[in-house]
Parts: sequence; structure tokens; C-alpha cells
Amino acid sequence: MKVKILARNPDDYVRETKFDIQRVPRNYDPTLHPFEVSREYTRALNATKLERVFAKPFLASLDGHRDGVNCMAKHTKSLSTLLSGSCDGEVKVWDLTKRECVRTLQAHEGFVRGMVVRYCGTSFFTAGDDKTIKQWKMEAPGYGEEEEPLNTILGKTVFTGLDHHQKDGVFATCGQQVDIWDEQRSSPIRSFTWGVDSFSSVRFNPVETELLASCASDRSIVLYDMREAAPLKKVIMTMRSNTLCWNPMEAYYFTCSNEDYNLYTYDMRILDRPVTVHMDHVSAVLDVDYSPTGKEFVSASFDKTIRIFPKAGGHSREVYHTKRMQHVICIKWSADNKYILSGSDEMNIRLWKANAAEKLGVLAPRERQAANYSQKLKEKFQHHPQIRRIAHHRHLPKSIYHQTKELRTMKEARRRKERNVRKHSKPGTVPVVSEREKHVVTVVK
Amino acid sequence: MAKVSKRKNVCKKKLKKGFEVTQKSAAVKPHVVYDDCEEEEVLNEADENITSEEEEDDNDERKRQKLLEAISALGGKRKKKLGERSEAAVQMSEFTVNAEGEGDKIDLSDLIGTMDNNSSVPAKTKKQLKNLQQTKKTIECPLSKQESERILRDVTFQKAATEVSRWKGIIRQNQRAEQLVFPLNQEPSGPKPIERVVTSWRAQTPLEQEIFALLSANKQPINDPILTPAEEASLRAMSLEDAKIRRAELQKARALQSYYEAKSRRERKIKSKKYHKVHNKAKRKEFLKQFDEMVKTDPAAALEELNKMELARMQERMSLKHQNSGKWAKSKAIMAKYDEAARKAMQQQLEVNKDLTQKLVISVNNEEEEEEEEEASHAQLMPDFVNDAEQGLDSSNPWMRGKLSEDPTEKKMSDIVDPVAAGAGVVGNIAEEEEDEEEVEDTEEEALLREFDSRRKLRHAQKTDTVPVICVDNEEETVEENKAAAEDLNASDKEEEELSEFTSLFKGIAEAENIEAAADASHMDTSAQLEEGLMRIRTLEDVELLSEKSATDKVPVQPQPPPATENLPSATQKAGKNKKRKRGIELQEALTREAKVIQIPLALTVEDTEDSDEKLDQRGLIKEAFAGDDVISDFLKDKRKAEDAGEPKVVDLTLPGWGEWGGTGLKPSRNKRRRFRTKTTPPPPRKDQHLPSVIISEKKNSSISLHQVNSLPFPFENHAQFENTIRSPMGRTWNTERTVKKITRPKVVTQLGAIIEPMAQEELMKDKKLVSAGNKSSVDSWKRKH
Repeated sequence: MKVKILARNPDDYVRETKFDIQRVPRNYDPTLHPFEVSREYTRALNATKLERVFAKPFLASLDGHRDGVNCMAKHTKSLSTLLSGSCDGEVKVWDLTKRECVRTLQAHEGFVRGMVVRYCGTSFFTAGDDKTIKQWKMEAPGYGEEEEPLNTILGKTVFTGLDHHQKDGVFATCGQQVDIWDEQRSSPIRSFTWGVDSFSSVRFNPVETELLASCASDRSIVLYDMREAAPLKKVIMTMRSNTLCWNPMEAYYFTCSNEDYNLYTYDMRILDRPVTVHMDHVSAVLDVDYSPTGKEFVSASFDKTIRIFPKAGGHSREVYHTKRMQHVICIKWSADNKYILSGSDEMNIRLWKANAAEKLGVLAPRERQAANYSQKLKEKFQHHPQIRRIAHHRHLPKSIYHQTKELRTMKEARRRKERNVRKHSKPGTVPVVSEREKHVVTVVK
Repeated sequence: MAKVSKRKNVCKKKLKKGFEVTQKSAAVKPHVVYDDCEEEEVLNEADENITSEEEEDDNDERKRQKLLEAISALGGKRKKKLGERSEAAVQMSEFTVNAEGEGDKIDLSDLIGTMDNNSSVPAKTKKQLKNLQQTKKTIECPLSKQESERILRDVTFQKAATEVSRWKGIIRQNQRAEQLVFPLNQEPSGPKPIERVVTSWRAQTPLEQEIFALLSANKQPINDPILTPAEEASLRAMSLEDAKIRRAELQKARALQSYYEAKSRRERKIKSKKYHKVHNKAKRKEFLKQFDEMVKTDPAAALEELNKMELARMQERMSLKHQNSGKWAKSKAIMAKYDEAARKAMQQQLEVNKDLTQKLVISVNNEEEEEEEEEASHAQLMPDFVNDAEQGLDSSNPWMRGKLSEDPTEKKMSDIVDPVAAGAGVVGNIAEEEEDEEEVEDTEEEALLREFDSRRKLRHAQKTDTVPVICVDNEEETVEENKAAAEDLNASDKEEEELSEFTSLFKGIAEAENIEAAADASHMDTSAQLEEGLMRIRTLEDVELLSEKSATDKVPVQPQPPPATENLPSATQKAGKNKKRKRGIELQEALTREAKVIQIPLALTVEDTEDSDEKLDQRGLIKEAFAGDDVISDFLKDKRKAEDAGEPKVVDLTLPGWGEWGGTGLKPSRNKRRRFRTKTTPPPPRKDQHLPSVIISEKKNSSISLHQVNSLPFPFENHAQFENTIRSPMGRTWNTERTVKKITRPKVVTQLGAIIEPMAQEELMKDKKLVSAGNKSSVDSWKRKH
């Protein structure tokens, strides 16, 4: 008897090696896949919800300081190294992967005001309340050796800020005036003064490396060129700026954190009005740092929160806070664009994710594809009310929540009043002043 | 004191100058203020204060001094100036030592005097000095420190600004880039080409050096030991794939050629005469066809061909080849009597002759054709309605006409204004109306037509629209109201006015509401980027809950509800008001009137026309044409249907056989049926319950509107743009793998564990090289700057 059987050639359905890609027959006829918009909308909604569910930004807290953390510095060559200086003059070097302190040194008496790592990453500078600038080796001293600075410069006045040139052995300090120092000399090669006010922060432009900017306590921001004898220009604002940070990818933009709860992004060529006003904080903004991609920046505020702003956005896309975190004094965005580090009053340094819902570590190709797809979906449907609301919902501590509400009311009232005044006065006498123009008093040449 | 006043003057001047400058620059930048002038002022003020205190003491002192001087002058001998210090001055040294003749002016002649004696001074210098002596001009004093500093600052700022502006291109480019990969200038991963590795290696031993000397002498590559430049060039010229493709092409061409050759060889060998005859004929036909085309495309070639043909004709005429005069022909002629084939052959010969000797006709009738074409084009240019039956011939039949000559809206308006004046019996008038040549008459008919047309359209729109409410606009309503008013003989002008007032008022309110809503929407957009709340989300359910909760919250706050819901309350309100005023317009009363009545206002202008039977006929015709077009009853039917659809229905859920015997012919018991027959709950009362002329759809699902975008998001300019972005799907269900990958590329890609350095100056150089390779001037200027 002959038995007929169904036989298939295994070559048709068995992979020769595991790297063979199986051909999956597909029919893309749109009639077979109806309701594309609604289906994608559902996917987008689910992606948004999942993003919120997975948003766990807090990674670690580094404790060990015995006073508030006053300044931090990123290592220029190593991602896992962080330096922090506290209000008792102590400097700690942290290993971020192990989340532990690897070295502690008593650098100054009083506050450590400024700290910066040299561009080569072999040494770092600290400036303190004891009117000294010290240069330290990055390596810890060997056994039996004493912790001693490579170099100490005695200044005449207190230094409040410190920054290093991007590629040369030159650094800048600020205090009573802005000084440019050569590493080899004990006196400044150049000092800039303009008025008698003291300066709170000085930063080198990372792209156009000879340019600097500083924040003065007379509510002004002053621009300098290291090669010139005189400062370039200054803009006076309604309130004092605490710190500023240059955009590392766009040479002429910088952002300053202001006492009036806002941050302002300026184009250094046009100081009459900021390019963008970033609002959302409910107390003075103390520090700001750009992401290395130059697309976003993070700000630390006295209101005990950290906020992440898009470069061109007026409002923050993210707010971080914990119950125990007090006034955040210093903030840094890690050089690989993945993490944020914040140092606060209550002696802790905290490590956050820059994207709250992002999965850390290596992603499988399919995972990455899925993530990309859901990201695009979220972008596509971002204007839909439900998605928008879920994506923008954030939990806030009660005090900040109420303060935000209060501020909003105040702002609304002010606006209403202004509108009424305008309505009841001769046309043209009360001009409309835009939000951006409101905060600039003058530009001084 | 004198000094002080001098300084004051100086300052005034400065102030003026400063002021001028500020004025100038104020035109450019309103905020700019020059601080140095302020400082100056402050200084001066301080000076003044000090001096004013000492002034009185000084006065006595000075008087005494004067007196002394006067006395000494009496003596005739001039006393030497006292080097006494009265106030701070530059000339005074701090040790009160006074140089001889310090206060005196130094003259140039004092210096030149010594020059004459000195022979070593060149003549040129002497001349120059003398010239200098003659000139009376004084050199202007240098600018003050503050001012010069300001100028310096200004200049340096300009310099820095231009320097920084070089980055503009790169920044723009990066902002627009679809995808940015950080770190910016990454080394391509994978193995490096060996040449690059080898370049770092240097010859050291004498042998190596010797070899390299030889190599360089023979122009062999030193750094790249693998390929000579020629080889490299050839490599670059053609890659492997290109070569493969090219080879395949060549192969194909060669094969084709050989096929063709074989074919033609075969054909040449065929002996069959018939074959060749057919072949030749086909060829000729083909040629003719080609010739026709050639005339159009390539006239020169065609002319050549023509010449050839002419030549052939000439030859034919000269020769006796096809004239049936040859030997063969003669033999055939003999045979022809009996043989059919022979006759045919002769015939063919003659035909060939005829063909060949025929004179070519080169389109003599071109002009005629052109004329014809022109006519045709004229006909095309003529508007379509020429063909649309008669225009002016039969004005009595409006149905035959395609278009209306004049827009009658104004007329209609005027008609509507005084409907009462029209009086009764208009129907009769219309009926008696005569078909005539008057224009008034004409317009009236047109108006009628238009009325019907619009009505039909409206009805059509109502049918097609999913939500019929929306299409019930104010105008229609007012028109209907007007109609009703016109019909009502008691209605007065006053009422009419009130009505129109009301409608205008209503419109105004609606507009205001719209504006407010828009403002609200914009406000909502600008504020609240992150919705920060006190509730903490812990689970997915929370997210769900949040959405529900705030959905309910949002409903009243919703800035701009879709137009349907917006209109609803106002519509009902309006209807209610109307009802009150007119003591209730009942559905039947308002709508079940004869369709004729609608035309009342339109008939007003034609009272003086004569009666005629033809007119009557026309009316009848119209009636006949619209016999089945009862708009109002249709509407009523529709409404009833909608109402019925919403009514609760009895659902029978009885299943046979459950709990009792089942089988064919057995009915479930009545008890059971009663038990399982459920009545759905009645829906809430319809919104158009009291609105006679409106159907409000109850199908609208408010739960969907929660998910819909109700105002145009910011970057988009119109709805179509936004909808386009939403419409095209991105997933792999709808797109191929490659497309999906392309669409879902993330904007920023970073490498794990790589430090992203700030933008480097080299980036700028790269950009410069890329962008302005030809634009050397800019590069030069850049070089000059450095």
C-alpha cells in the first residue's frame, strides 16, 4: 500500500544559522489594516502611561560630606569621577559607579567656593574663602605621603568662583574683580573691573574659548574677551543672576539663573532682550548646567527642586524632588548626557537620570526599536488632550504646589491690572511690554 | 574757584557730547546708557560741595591778597609770583618746590632758537619746525579715560560678536538636522585601513633608509606600500559591484548582437519569393508610417526621403520596367487569357508602376485645414452654456436655463422688508402672471429658481451631514421666521424689526463668546506645561484614574467645545424666546404649509403684469417638476425617524428549552417570555423636543470628544497640516521595516559611556571648507582676522 504524506522541505522553514533572517511574508494592503490612526493613538496613550509608570529618576544619594555641598566639578576625562566641595572646606572625590567616596581632602578653611578640573584631567583647582587658590593632583597621594597642593596662590580678596580654559593653561577667578591667571604665575595676567561690585560666578565659553561671562552682584552680567584689556559689554537686569552657563554646542548662547525665579537664555550678540525666559521655579534659581548635547539644561533652585528645561522652551519638561532634599546649591549634567548630579544643603549629592523613564544600560535592538517607536508616537500625538495631560502630570510637594498656584494668581492679577490701566489711559501711553523685555533694565556699553 | 567753574564748563561740554552720542545710539538701541558721564557728574557734584564750604573763608583771604598786590604794585617793582599753594593743582609738586618759570608758557621759538646754532640738525627738520611755528592751530586734547574706554569696549565687542557669528551656519544646521549623533566627530569604528597605520612608521635602519631612497627615486609609494596612485585611482574609479553590473551589460549586448546577426543571416537565405514580397510590402508600409512621423519630428530628413522618392519616380518613368512591355510581360499577356494568375501578376505590375509614378502631393490643403482647426478652437473657446440648449429663445422656461443672469439677493432682501405690504392674494397674482419680455419678470423667475435651488442644496446638505444640527444656521432660521411672519396677517412691522434686532443681538453674543473662547484656548495653550499636582502616581490604575478624574474636571473648563455643543444651548434658548413671543410655533403650524407660500415676498414686484394662460401652464409645470420634492414633509419624516430610533425597544431574551421542554413547534411559555422580555431604559429627553425646525442628533458621544484635539496646536498653521501629520501611520503594521526605521529615528543619539566634548574649533574649519570651497574671499578675511 502506498501512503501519501505531506512533506515539506525543511530548508524552507529552518534557518541554516542563527544569523539567518527569516523572510516574513507581509501584506501591507491598507484595507487589511484599518483604523490606523485610532490604533496608533491607543499605542501612544499606552506608551505615555507606561512612561509615567517607569519614571523613576532617582538613582543614588552620595553622603559623606559634613556640611552643605557648595560646589561640584565634573572630571574632564573620566565619566565615573565627580569632585565636590563643601561649606567646611572639604573636597571629596567620588567614584560614581561604586557610589562611594574615594578620597577626601581638607582643601580650605571656610567654604570651598569654586572648583574646576584642568582640561587634561590630571589636576584640579579649588578656590576658597581663605583667599587662596590651590591646585591639586587628581591622583591620591601614595601611602605615607601627605595631602598637599601642587601649587597655592594667595590672593588679596576672597574668590567666589573659578573656571578653567578649555585648552590652555589659563584659568579665571572672580571676587572683587574678574582675574585671568596663568597657571605658571602667582599673579593674574589680567584683571577686569567695571564698577565696584563683586562677582558671583565666572564661566569660560567652551566653544569660543577666549570669551568669558560673569555675574555681578549689581544685577548685571558682564562679557569679557580674555585677549582684550577691557570688558565687552554688560546687561543689567531687574534682579541678580546667580550663575550662568554657556551652551557647549552653540557658541553665542548662554543661560543665567536669576533670583527672580526665572532663567534667561541670551544671545551674547543681542543683550537687549533674552531669547527665552524659562519659568517654573518658585524660588531663586541657584545653579544651571547645560547638557553636553546643548539641547537642554538643568537648573537647581532654592525651592528644593531640580528642573530640566528644553533649550528653547519657556517651561520645564521635568521636575525632580525628594522629601529629604533641601535647597539645591549646585547641579551638573554628566558628560555622557545620561545623568544629573545635584548637591544640596543637607550634605548629600544625588544622582538622577536625565530621562526619567529611560532604561539604563545596553538595549537589545528590538528594545531600542520599540523605545524609538513609542517615543515617536508620543511626539506625534502630543497635542491630544489625554496624552498631553498624562505626560505632563507631575507630583509636587504641597508647599511648592501651592506656591505655584499663588504665583500664578499673582501673575494673572498683575496682568489684569496692567490691562485695565491700559484700557483706561490714553492710547499709547501704557505700552505693551513683552515678558522678555520686562526683565532687562539696560545694556551698558 | 575759577578752576571749578572751568571744570564745570568742561563737564558741560562733555555732557553735551555724551548726550549727543547717546541720542544717536538711542535710535539704534534704546537701552544703552553710558555710565561714564554719570560718574563724571557725581564727581563734579562732590567737588562743588567741598568748594562751597570753603568759599567764605577764601573770600577774605583773597581780598587780603589783592590788597597786598596793589601795595606792592605801587612800589613799581614787580614781585615774583608766589609759589604758595592755595588749592590742588598739577603744577605744584608735593614738596612745594617750584621750578623756575614753570607757570610761563613755553614757546616753540625758544626751542627753535637753539636749533639754528646747531649744524647737526638736518635741513628738512628745520623746515618742518618752521612750518610748525607758523601754524596757529592747537592740538585737541585727548578724550577722557571713561570715553576712550567705552570706545575700546565697543570696538572689542563688535569684534567678538563677529567672531562668534561665524558659528551661525553650524548652529542653524544642527538645529535643523533630523538626527544628531554625539560625540560629534567620532572615528569610524572597525578596522582602520592599513595605510593609515603605516604612516606613523618611519625608516630607521640604514637598510630601510636605502630602500626608501630607492622607492622615492622611482616614484613608488612610500607611505602606502600596497597600492600605487594609479592603482588607487583605478580602484576608486570602479568598485566591484559597478564592474559586475557593467560586465553583465556588456554580455547582454554581445548576446543580442549575435542573435540579430544570426537572424538576418537566416532571413537572407530564404528563397521564397512570396516571403520576400510580403516582407518588402511590410517594409514599405513601415517606412510610410515612419515617414509620417518623420515629417513632424525631423523635417530635414523627411525632405531627403522625399527627394529619394522623387528620384525613384523619375527612374520609373524613364524605364520600362513595370510597363508590361518586357519579355516576361509579353509571355504573360499571352497566358493571361486563360490563366488567372498571369492576369493578376500583370495587374500587379501595373499597380506598382502606378504607385511609383504617382506624383507626391504635399498637403496642398494646409490652409483649409488650418481654418478648420481655428474654427474648432473657437468652438472650444466658447463657453459651455452655448451648448446648453437655448439661451434667450425660451425665457419662459426657466428649467431649461443653466444660469441666472443676476444675483437677486438684494431684491429678495427688499422683498422681505415689507411683506405685509404685499397683501393677500399674491398667490393669485402669481397664477395670473404672464409670460412676457419684461426684465422684472425675468428676475422674479430667477429668484424663484434660486430659491428652489438653495432649498434643494440645503436639504441635500442636511441629508449628507452626520450631525444635521450644525447645518441649521441662523440665516435659514431667520428666513423661516420671516416667512412665518409674512404669513401671519396679524404680524406687524414692529415685530419684524424686533426679530431682526434679536437676531443681530444673538449674533453679536455668539461672536463675543467665540472670541472669548479663542482667548481662553490660547491662554490654556501658553500656560501649564507640566501639570503639577499633589497626587502621586504609583500604578497604571492610578494613571487611568487620573485621566478619568481630570477628564471629568476638564469638561466644564474645556476652552472651546466643538461647534455643535456650542450652538446647542443658544439654539434652544433662541427657539424658546421665539416661541414665547409668537405664542408657540407648533411644528405642524410652522411647517405643514403649502410650499407655494414661500414665494410670497418674491411676487411683490410683479403685480402689474397681465394674466395669461401660458403663465398658468408654467406654474403647473413647476409644480409638476417638484411634485415629489416636498421638502417639509421630508424633513418631518426624517425627524420622526430620528425620534423613533432613539426610543426604548423591547428586547426579547428568551431562550427556548431552558427550564422547560424544547423542540420544534414548542413555544416558550408566556410566563417565561414575560420574564425575559426587557425594556431598555428610556434615554433622556431629546434636545430638539421643543424645536420644530431642527433635528439634533443624539449620536454625539461626549466620551470621544475628551480624546479629541479641540484647538489647533501651536506650530501648525491650518487644520489640514495638523491632520496630515496625524494621518500617516508609523508602525510596522503599515510600513516596511526600512521605512519604520527611517521614520522612528531618534533626534539625538548618544553613545553609551562616551564623553561628549563641546563643539571644537575644527568643526568650524570643516564647515568652512565644505560650504565655501569656492568662496575664497571669506576665508581670506577670516585668516586676516587671526
